[in-house]
Amino acid sequence: MTEKTDYRIELSAITKSFPGVLANDNVSFAIKPGEIHALLGENGAGKSTLVKMIYGIMQPDEGEIRWEGEAIKVANPKAARKLGVGMVFQHFSLFEAMTVLENIALGMDAKISQNLLEEKIREVMDVYGLKLDPHRIVSTLSVGERQRIEIVRALLLNPRLLIMDEPTSVLTPQEVAQLFETLRKLSATGCSILYISHKLHEIKELCDQATILRGGKVVGECDPKQETSKSMAEMMIGGDLKQIEKDVKTEFGDPRFVVDNLSQVGEGDFGVALSNISFSVRAGEIFGIAGVAGNGQNELLMALSGEVPTSNADTIKLDGKSVADQNILQRRKHGLCAVPEERNGHAAVVDFSLSDNAILTARERMNLASGGLIKHSEARSYTDNVISTFGVKTTGSASPAGSLSGGNLQKFVVGREIMQNPDVLLISQPTWGVDAGAAAAIHQAIVDLAENGSAIIVISQDLDELLAICDEMAVINEGKLSKTLKVGEASVDEIGLLMGGIHGDPNANQDSVENAHAH
Amino acid sequence: MLIELEKRKEPSQTMLYLTPVIAVLATMIVGGILFTLIGHNGFAAVKEIFITPIIDTHKWQDLGIKAAPLILIAVGLSIGFRANVWNIGAEGQYIVGGLAGTGIALLTWELEGWWILPLMCIAGAIGGALYASIPAFLKTKLNVNEILSSLMLTYASIQLLYYLMRGPWKDPEGFNFPQTRLFNDSQILPEIIPGTIVHLGVPLAFIIAIIAWFVMSKSIFGFQIRVVGSAPAAARYGGFSAKRTIWMAMLIGGGFAGLAGIFEAAGPFQQMVPQFPTGYGFTAIIVAFLGRLHPIGIILGGLVLAVSYVGGEIAQTSLGLPNAAAGIFQAMMLFFLLATDILVKYRLKLNIANQAGDAS
Amino acid sequence: MNDTIIISIIMTVIGASTPILLAALGELIVEKSGVLNLGIEGMMLIGAVVGFAVTLTTGFHLLGIVVAMLASTLSAMLFAYLTLTLTANQVATGLALTIFGIGISSLMGEPYVGKTIEIFSSWFPASLAEHPQLRVIFGYSPLVYLSLILTISVSYFLKKTRAGLILRAVGESDLSAHSIGYSVIGVRYAAVAFGGAMAGLAGCYFSLVLTPLWSEELTAGRGWIALALVVFAAWKPSRLLFGAYLFGAIMTLELHAKAAGFSFIAPELLAAMPYLATIVVLALISLRKSSGLAAPACLAKPFKPST
Repeated sequence: MTEKTDYRIELSAITKSFPGVLANDNVSFAIKPGEIHALLGENGAGKSTLVKMIYGIMQPDEGEIRWEGEAIKVANPKAARKLGVGMVFQHFSLFEAMTVLENIALGMDAKISQNLLEEKIREVMDVYGLKLDPHRIVSTLSVGERQRIEIVRALLLNPRLLIMDEPTSVLTPQEVAQLFETLRKLSATGCSILYISHKLHEIKELCDQATILRGGKVVGECDPKQETSKSMAEMMIGGDLKQIEKDVKTEFGDPRFVVDNLSQVGEGDFGVALSNISFSVRAGEIFGIAGVAGNGQNELLMALSGEVPTSNADTIKLDGKSVADQNILQRRKHGLCAVPEERNGHAAVVDFSLSDNAILTARERMNLASGGLIKHSEARSYTDNVISTFGVKTTGSASPAGSLSGGNLQKFVVGREIMQNPDVLLISQPTWGVDAGAAAAIHQAIVDLAENGSAIIVISQDLDELLAICDEMAVINEGKLSKTLKVGEASVDEIGLLMGGIHGDPNANQDSVENAHAH
Repeated sequence: MLIELEKRKEPSQTMLYLTPVIAVLATMIVGGILFTLIGHNGFAAVKEIFITPIIDTHKWQDLGIKAAPLILIAVGLSIGFRANVWNIGAEGQYIVGGLAGTGIALLTWELEGWWILPLMCIAGAIGGALYASIPAFLKTKLNVNEILSSLMLTYASIQLLYYLMRGPWKDPEGFNFPQTRLFNDSQILPEIIPGTIVHLGVPLAFIIAIIAWFVMSKSIFGFQIRVVGSAPAAARYGGFSAKRTIWMAMLIGGGFAGLAGIFEAAGPFQQMVPQFPTGYGFTAIIVAFLGRLHPIGIILGGLVLAVSYVGGEIAQTSLGLPNAAAGIFQAMMLFFLLATDILVKYRLKLNIANQAGDAS
Repeated sequence: MNDTIIISIIMTVIGASTPILLAALGELIVEKSGVLNLGIEGMMLIGAVVGFAVTLTTGFHLLGIVVAMLASTLSAMLFAYLTLTLTANQVATGLALTIFGIGISSLMGEPYVGKTIEIFSSWFPASLAEHPQLRVIFGYSPLVYLSLILTISVSYFLKKTRAGLILRAVGESDLSAHSIGYSVIGVRYAAVAFGGAMAGLAGCYFSLVLTPLWSEELTAGRGWIALALVVFAAWKPSRLLFGAYLFGAIMTLELHAKAAGFSFIAPELLAAMPYLATIVVLALISLRKSSGLAAPACLAKPFKPST
C-alpha cells in the first residue's frame, strides 16, 4: 500500500456477500495505466460481482477502492463513468427497438446534440477501425455488431479504465483477433483494460498481468505470458485437471439418429433459419456440434428434440423411424431425450419442486402419471433416485429447483434425462456455468451412457469440452452445419475457421470475415 | 424506513396463507380510520360491513347468493391467472353468458319441461366461453394482449345488453320498460332451502370449486396450467402447447363466468334487465387474488367479499353510506394483500430498533 | 343556420374529447415507461370530486384543479408504491385503484351532490368567446387549450428530449436501462405521477367544465375509453389527438343524430364503437409487426433486478 500514484485503480480487501454465498472474499489487486489486466476464473468464481462493484452497480460490504491513489466510493454507474470507467457487458445492455445512435446517446451522461454525437461516433470508429451504421435499429444487427455498439459507447467517454466482461464468448476467432487489435490500440493510449475471461489462450495472447479468482478469493497473480495454459488452469480450478475415462473408440453400432437435409425458417425477429442440416450418429457414439453462440444452436436443439416439429417426417430418423413431424412427447416415447442449454425456465421450472420438475419430462417414460392424474409418490421416488445417483446436493425432492446451485441443478437435469435411459440423448451446453467437479461428473455420465449403446449429440460452445468427450463433430454457422470431422484429426485452426463461416480457405483474411457477417 | 427486506431462500408457506388474513384485518382497521377521517362513524361502518352480516343469521342466505357467482367466476379466472393468461373481461363473459341463457329462455317461454333449465345453463356457459374465445383467438393468432382485448369486450358487451333490452328482447307486455319478460317456472333455478332465496346455483358453485381444486392439484391438466404460467419455455420442452393452454384457460374462465351469469339471471333476477352487470366479474379478480388462486382459498375469499357486499347494503340503510362504500373496503383488501405479498418471498429485518409498523 | 349547427357539433365533439385526451396523454407516458395503470377511471373520479369540492368551497377554479391533481397524483403514488416498490401485479392493483376511486369519490362527494358551481369557461373576452362564429376558436375552457399544448409537449418530450429517450428506454428494456445506470423505478414513479396528475385534470374537466356538478361515477367509464385510446393510437401522441377527436365524434354522434331528427344506427353500437375499434387496431398492429408501432416491450411486467 505504499505506492499511490503508480496505479490507475487499486482494490484492497474487497468483500461482498449474498444470502448464503460469499461472492468476494478479501479480494485485492491493482492495475497500472495502459495495462491489460486479466481477471481469470471459472463461472461462479466471483468475477462479475467484483466488476459490478467497480462499475458501481453494487457496493462492497467491506474493503476499499482507490482510483489514482484516492479512496473512492462508486455510488452508481454514472459516478463510475465520471471517473473514467467504461464497461462492456457480457449480456449487452441494449435497447432492441431503438437505433444505434439512440443506444449510444443513452450511454452518454453529458447532453449532446444528435449531429455532434454522430460525428464523434464516426471519429471513434475511424480511430479504432470499427464499422457500424448509426441509424440501424439494433434488433437487425448481428451479435458482433451489437458488441461494437457497446464498445463505441464506452470509448466515447474516453475511458481510463475499460472493463470487458467475457467479450469473446459470442465472437468468432477472427472477430476476436479484430477485437484484440482494438484493445491493444486503446492500451497504447494509456487506457487500462480489465479483461474478464476464462479462456486461457486469449489471456496469454492479450494480457500483461493476470489475477486469478477461485471461490471468491484471489488464488494467484501472474504474468500470463510466462505461464503455461495448464498452470493457469490448475490455479483456476484448484488442483489437477481431472481426466475423463474414455477409450478411443473406432467401432460403433448402427446409425440410431439420422438427420437428412433438415431445414427450418427462423422464428420471429431473432430466430436463425436452419438450412440443409445433415449428420448421423451411431450407437455408442458421441457427436459434437461446435459453434459460436447464436448461430442456430437453440433452433437446432428444438428441431431435433421435437419442441418445434417440422412437416417433412423423413428429415429426422430415430432408429430408422421417421419422426421429424412428431412432437417432443412422441419422440420422447420413442427414446429421444433432450437437455436444453438454459437451465432456468427451460430445462427446469425454478419455482417448482424437484419432484414436479421430474414430472415435467419423465412422466411418460417413468410412468409418473396415468389416466391424466399425477402419481405423486412415484414422482418423489424417481426424484430421490436421481438425487442420490447423481449426487445432487439438496434438502430433498420437495425443495424448489431454484434453491439449488447452478451445478447441482444441472446435475439434476442431466440425471433426470439420463436415468430415463434414452436411446438418443441430445444435450446442449452440458457444463455451462458448472463447477469443475460437477462438470467432470456430467461428462462421465455422458460417456457412460454412450458405452451402453446410446447415441449422443452434444452441442457446445466450449471447444475443449467437445474435443475431450466426442468421437466426431461438426460446426454450426448461421444455421448451416459443416461436414463431419473426426475428433483427433481436425485442427483447432480448422474448426475456428469453420466457426467463422469460412469453409475450406485457411488463408481467408479479415475482410471476408466481415463480409460473411454483414447481413 | 429502517426496515430491510431480506430474500427468503424458499417462499414462506405460512405467510402465503397468513397474509390474506392480515389483509382483511388491516382493511378493517385502516378502513375504519379512513371513514372516520372523511367524517363518518368509521368503526360503526366496519362493524356493519364486516360483522353484522356474519352474526345476523338472516343474512346468511344473502351471503350464499352473493358468494356463489364470485366464487364461480374467480375459480375460472384463477386457472387463467395461473397459466399467465390475464383475462380481466369476466364481467363481459358473465353478461354474454347471462344473455345466451336468456335467449334460450325467451325462445322457450311458452314451453315447460325439465330440460329447459339445463339447456339455459349450457347456453350460458357456451356463451361466456365463446365471448372469451375472441381474446383467446387474438392472443394465439396475433399475439394481441388479452388484458386490453378482454377489457374492451366487456364494455362492448354492456352495450349489447342495452341494445337487446331496449330493442328486440323488450317485454312486449312490459309497459315499454327496457327489460325482458319474466322467466317461467321451468326457467328459474329452484330454491334448495325452502323459505330462503338460496337457489341451486349456490351449492353448484361450491361443488365446482372443489372439483377445480382436485383437478388443479392432482391432474396433468393442472400441472400443465402451472408450467405454462411459470415457465413457457419449460412447458414447451415438457410437451405442453402454450396456445392450447391459453385456449383452455380462456374458455374455462369464460365458461365459468357465463355459467355464473345465467345462474344470476335464472336465480335472483328471474329475467334480464339493464342493471344485470353488478361488477361481479371485476370483484372476482379480487376474490381470486385474496384466495391465492387456490379454489379452496377462493371459496373463503368469495365469502369475505360477499360479507362486504351484504354489509355494504346494511350500512347503506342503517348508516346512510353510499352504495360504493363497500368498494373502498374491497379495494383496500386487495391493496393490503398485494402489499403484504412481499412477505411471502422476503422477510422483514429491522435494522435498528425502530417502531415503523405502518403497513402502507 | 347551417354553420351554427356545424360549430355547435365541433364544440360538443371537442368538449367530449378533451377529458379522454388529457387522461390518455398521462397514460401514454405511463405505458411508455413500461407500466400499465388500469386505475385511470378511479384517479379521474378522485380528481373530479376533489376539484369540485375545492372550487365550491373556495370559488377558485385554478385552486380546485391544482388540489385535484395533487389528490389524484397521491392515489397514483399508492399504485406506484404497490407495483414498483413492492412489485405487486399491475393489473390487479390498477383495478383495485379504480374500485377504490369509485368508492372514495362517492363517499367524499356525498355532501356535494346537487350543488353547482360556475363553469370554468373561456378566458377570452365575451366578444370572442361568445361570437357566433369565432367561438369555435375562442369559446372553450382553458383546459381545452391546455390539452393541445400538452399533446405537443408530450410529443416533443418523447421524440426530442433526452428525458423522453430515457423514458422510452426504460419501457423498452428495464434491465438494460438499469445496467447502464438509470433508475428504472425512479423513472417509472415519475411517469405514474404524471399519469395521475393528468387523470386528475381530466376528472376536473368533467366536474368543472362539462356538467358542472358532482354526481356518483360522474366520469361514466370514460377512463376505460382513455385506456383504449392509448392503444388505438399505438402509443403515439399525434395519433392520440386524432383518436381522441374521433372517439369524441363517435360518442356525440348519437346526440347529433337525434337533434337532426333521424337515427340510422343503433346508439348502443355507436357507444361500443371505441372499444371495438381499439380491438381492431390491436389486431392490425400485431399483423403489421413493425417494431415502431408495437407496445413498449416491458409493459405491465414487474421490474426485478437480479440482485
